Amino acid sequence: MTVASTVVDLARAQFATTSIYHFLFVPLTLGLGPLVATMQTIWHRTGNETWLRLTRFFGTLLLINVAIGVATGLVQEFEFGMNWSVYSRFVGNVFGAPLAVEGLAAFALESTFLGLWIFGWNRLSPRLHLATIWIVVVGSWLSAYFILVANSWMQHPVGYKLVDGEAQLTSVWALLSNEFALRAYLHTILAGLIFGSILVLGVSCWHFLRGHEVDLFRNAAKLALIVAVPVTLLQLVVGNRFGEAVTSAQSMKIAASEAQWNTCEPCPFSLFQIGGFSKDDETPSFSITVPRLLSYMATGSFGGEVQGLNQLQAQEQSKYGPGNYMPNVRVIYWSMRVMAFAGVLMFLIAALGAWLYWKKKLERARWFQWTALVAIALPFIAATAGWILTEMGRQPWIVQGLLKTSEANSPSVSTTWLGISLGFFITLYVVLGVVDFVLMRRYARPDRPAPQEELPAPAVSY
Amino acid sequence: MDLQILWFCLIAVLWSGYFLLEGFDFGVGMLLPFLPKDERERGTMFETIGPVWDGNEVWLVIAGGATFAAFPAWYGTMFSGFYIALLLVLFFLIIRVVSFEWREKSESPGWRTVWMWANSVGSFGASLVWGVGLSNLLYGVPIDSSGDFSGTFWDLFTGYTVLGGVTIVLLFAFHGSTFLTLRTTGDLCERAAAAARRLAVVAALAVAGFLSWTVAVAVDRNDKDVVPPVLPAALGIAAVALAMLFVFGRRSGWAFVMTALATVLWVAALFTSLYPRVMVSSSDFANSLSVDNASSAHYTLAVMSVVAAIFLPLVLLYQGWTYHVFRARVGGDELQPQLAAPPTAGSG
Repeated sequence: MTVASTVVDLARAQFATTSIYHFLFVPLTLGLGPLVATMQTIWHRTGNETWLRLTRFFGTLLLINVAIGVATGLVQEFEFGMNWSVYSRFVGNVFGAPLAVEGLAAFALESTFLGLWIFGWNRLSPRLHLATIWIVVVGSWLSAYFILVANSWMQHPVGYKLVDGEAQLTSVWALLSNEFALRAYLHTILAGLIFGSILVLGVSCWHFLRGHEVDLFRNAAKLALIVAVPVTLLQLVVGNRFGEAVTSAQSMKIAASEAQWNTCEPCPFSLFQIGGFSKDDETPSFSITVPRLLSYMATGSFGGEVQGLNQLQAQEQSKYGPGNYMPNVRVIYWSMRVMAFAGVLMFLIAALGAWLYWKKKLERARWFQWTALVAIALPFIAATAGWILTEMGRQPWIVQGLLKTSEANSPSVSTTWLGISLGFFITLYVVLGVVDFVLMRRYARPDRPAPQEELPAPAVSY
Repeated sequence: MDLQILWFCLIAVLWSGYFLLEGFDFGVGMLLPFLPKDERERGTMFETIGPVWDGNEVWLVIAGGATFAAFPAWYGTMFSGFYIALLLVLFFLIIRVVSFEWREKSESPGWRTVWMWANSVGSFGASLVWGVGLSNLLYGVPIDSSGDFSGTFWDLFTGYTVLGGVTIVLLFAFHGSTFLTLRTTGDLCERAAAAARRLAVVAALAVAGFLSWTVAVAVDRNDKDVVPPVLPAALGIAAVALAMLFVFGRRSGWAFVMTALATVLWVAALFTSLYPRVMVSSSDFANSLSVDNASSAHYTLAVMSVVAAIFLPLVLLYQGWTYHVFRARVGGDELQPQLAAPPTAGSG
């Protein structure tokens, strides 16, 4: 292995580690935020203290996570320049703009109003205080939009021209209305709502298991199920349709995610396979497939043509010169499956939970309560797999078709320092992760000793 | 007005905003181990900045994003060149960010002390590195002909840049102490005022020394005339001297205004000395990055200007309103904030 590729590999490993980690906390904020805001709204409307207690309970979990989300978000913003200076100079004109706008228009809103929400319980009128948590939600949702606009430009560059070896923005509207970005945004917001609702459901079930505050958490479970059932179902549809956008922008990613070596029409969807992940071994030794499903997922028609890895590789070579244009097929194939299967599983759990709730059996079905508690891990697994699919599926490109990852790192940062910084982030993040987990567990657990606290007076609706 | 110049000024404004606001919450953080005499007073100190520190830090995020968008070459060279320094900043900021919420949620006194120290060390470290880092933009670092940093971490430390770091630490601590005299009551307030008096003299000396040296460095190493840099530098020295007088005259409101002004003028003096360069090359002056060769194209700058014209006043407006909401002094007989207390759903 040459020095240059070691540097790039280390820089990639570091970016992957820090962004995957960051995204464990972000979607929880995106999804738990509106749920907490809804709880507070119900309290505000009805004056029913149950909902105030739920607001405070889940609000605490939200805040523990927001702290780490904010802290690790800063790393992301710095890392482009620190580790990818060539990339930064190449894309700054286009990619920098949504990042700057994110800070100015979204993150500022979220951070400022979060402070107002945390400390404003007794200083703001109940109505104004309620508004602050909704503004936090708006801020975080706007923030996600601008970040995905930036990321989607790496997947599907639009609204730019190349001048003297750098990309320059030509249409900000093309950038903001990038179809890839809009689909990715919907997919991410739904993912956030799944994170939030599955967490609330799981924690409520944990309390049922211990027979603790059953009446209180029945309300939380109901709210979680009302959100979880439609969003997990919708996510299956949206995720599926997102595949179409990927097919037109990044055919190679789709071919790799199916380990589809040769062009097919119509194409079956592989549910599971052994082997078939490398050039020397194109045919799996065992596989379970669904006829015509891949054609539908990739093109929207059951008879559609999907191009194969070999054909795409030949096309790319004639377009961009010699080189390997295939991502790691095995990783992409499995990350796609992990994400999709986890998505289906979460829908089934939500639907089952709703049925049990409707039959008034939710509080007694211990097997389901255990399942829901363990299922808290599923959104984290699905989101991680989804980002691995998105980012590793784009390789060897850092900006699809314009700049290769291997040419985009910082020349002034040495292997040694990269090794040290990677070790540094892993150590720091493990420590933060452990503390976060301990605190989350402590504040979510049912057998927590009761703290004495005075509640603010119930709001009068006006 | 030329958009490149506008954005150079805006980035100076963003750094000023960041230093002015986060400056006092860093200062409060640095004073945490020294001022309070018990856990309750530590809580009060945390509470003076609790509602606002996150909004203050936003100015850094905006400054970083704006540099990326408006001056990609500056962003690329500075962030990759100052790699270790920024790694340290990230470490200090991260332990500080989590310390606020996690201290609140920790029940054992040991862990609360750990998070108190995390906040304090984070505040001190981040201030020091920012001071050293920004003064390096003017003092110059080795930059090669392709615009990449070609030095080592140790090149960042010279007499001038280290004084820059020390000055920022002292100025922020001073700024934090004048802030505390406005936001606390009773005994704690008295001790904050005493700390302000002790810090005033050293901070004033450091600022005077650093800003004078800055003018000399601008002339010497950045090919500047004396006149533009000397104005903000002189005003900065005047502000910190006035702050000292107000502190000893027990005019805490005016003292805070003056430490705020001194902080802003520190940044203004540095950026005035820097212009039209954004990063001076010490190896070959011709390799310096400038407003011209590091900026984005006109269209991006125009779009960003429109966005800034709409959102910057808005941010100022709602952040200003936040300070209005939390204007009351903290401590004394006042109730602690509600969410700061543990959640209630656990109580049976």
